[in-house]
Amino acid sequence: MQGILTAHHDAINSTPNSANSPYAPDSRIRNNAAPPAWLITMDAAVTTNATTRPAVKPELVCPAGSLRALQMAVDAGADAVYLGLKDATNARNFAGLNFDDTQVRAGVAYAHARGARVLMALNTFADARDTRPWFGAVDTAATMGADALIVADTAVMAYCRDHHPKLRLHLSVQASATSYEAIEFYRRHYGIQRAVLPRVLTLSQVAHLARLSMVDIEVFGFGSLCVMVEGRCALSSYVTGQSPNNAGVCSPPSAVRWQHTPSGVDARLNGVLIDHYGPDEPRGYPTLCKGRFDVAGERGYAIEEPTSLNTLAILPELISIGVKAIKIEGRQRSPSYVEQVTKVWRTAIDSACAAPQRYSVQPAWSATLTRFAEGQQHTLGAYDRPWR
Amino acid sequence: MTIPRETMPPKRHELPPLFESLGTHLRDGLRQVVARLPIEPPSFVLARVLDRVLLPRLAHDTRQALQGRTVELVISDLGIRVRLQLDYAGFRVASSRGEAELRILAPANSYIRLMRGEDDADRLFFERALVMEGDTELGLILKNALDAIGPLLTWPGRPA
Repeated sequence: MQGILTAHHDAINSTPNSANSPYAPDSRIRNNAAPPAWLITMDAAVTTNATTRPAVKPELVCPAGSLRALQMAVDAGADAVYLGLKDATNARNFAGLNFDDTQVRAGVAYAHARGARVLMALNTFADARDTRPWFGAVDTAATMGADALIVADTAVMAYCRDHHPKLRLHLSVQASATSYEAIEFYRRHYGIQRAVLPRVLTLSQVAHLARLSMVDIEVFGFGSLCVMVEGRCALSSYVTGQSPNNAGVCSPPSAVRWQHTPSGVDARLNGVLIDHYGPDEPRGYPTLCKGRFDVAGERGYAIEEPTSLNTLAILPELISIGVKAIKIEGRQRSPSYVEQVTKVWRTAIDSACAAPQRYSVQPAWSATLTRFAEGQQHTLGAYDRPWR
Repeated sequence: MTIPRETMPPKRHELPPLFESLGTHLRDGLRQVVARLPIEPPSFVLARVLDRVLLPRLAHDTRQALQGRTVELVISDLGIRVRLQLDYAGFRVASSRGEAELRILAPANSYIRLMRGEDDADRLFFERALVMEGDTELGLILKNALDAIGPLLTWPGRPA
């Protein structure tokens, strides 16, 4: 069995290097040369260049919290799946979730056999007291045949660059790089080949970055929203003593308590009441940023409402501005979520690429996505700011 | 900040058709009667079912995490309550006294959809069709274990 898997894996590992693959080697990558002056001078100057780049079909990147979710994502049409190990090296470190070494091997074999890629999320910040789990996870990813690492910490990037120079690096949303200069820094120093943008930029800002950037741009298409400076948010540490960038979770499950009462459900984080849901009110994840608080005598969402991002409405624009990959959030969700959301996005991307002028969001797609949305509602988030 | 949103109209929980066809008065009365019945018989039945469909597929670490912990399931629309504990030999009926470490409240349809691998527990929570009380971490271990295993129930003629 082992032999079959290895041979198989080697055979298909060659696919990502074909010229048509989004993972094809790019001469711009991994050289330390400064970008040409025209790239960083005037926006107007680069617009001309942008028009010469043909729009390509973006890669659909789907979440896998278990081997079963991975298989369902691949079967439903994901171009790539992302997964993490069962420890604090990734930002969805929940009990019972994620992959052990055997499962990673099986997942890589399953995906590669069907032409899909496997990205390993290694996107928390290494603990200064003991960096071994993070560096060990880089070695694991390389050994198991992962196609790329999704990384946030410069120490982890440097380790990968020095020990596994052929392993592709994607800059995680947790690195919170929102400017051309920040992304370019990571490219020049660590050779990152893709940047996942935080969910705080407008469509025109994303377009600007996609035009300028020497690396591929990946954006979130659907899933729970984070409005903070991702990877640097310490909000939950005020209540739980832990934060996403070191423990891999916003609200550690051990600190979460729900209490069913006659008037609804109380949500508490480490004993602190963060929300009370009435019997008819939709609910969201128990994070501080989505709680309701008394502020200046008024009770309400002080930071953000529980809602999911949904960018189906601007998909043709995302493709035409040159976004190379679209990510679906939700490694913590069940395989049924992964399967159904992946199917919707597969159909939508295929439809938007086949005939962009005729593209329209089908009611059935919206209905499926809204069904799975946090708080039962979705938004274009920062992509669309009508008041601007 | 003001962000345009598309909201879904509030949706009623899907009840089994037979139960929904009863009048409200009859339904509430039936629920009260069922709620007074001893928890042992349904707990015993479920324990035997889980011994067959779940136990052989539980990973070692999940089994260890669940060992000796009392889990109470409340089928909220029918008024049925079961209490289970996993020990070295398998699932068994737990004592009806004292607090359960984990309590899950949901209508019958939610349990069926979850056991058939057709739904997402987070979605059911967002939609008010599932509440988890007590040790959330234990609940998450259980949820993630079930997700990783796949459907426990299949209709005849359907592949697992």
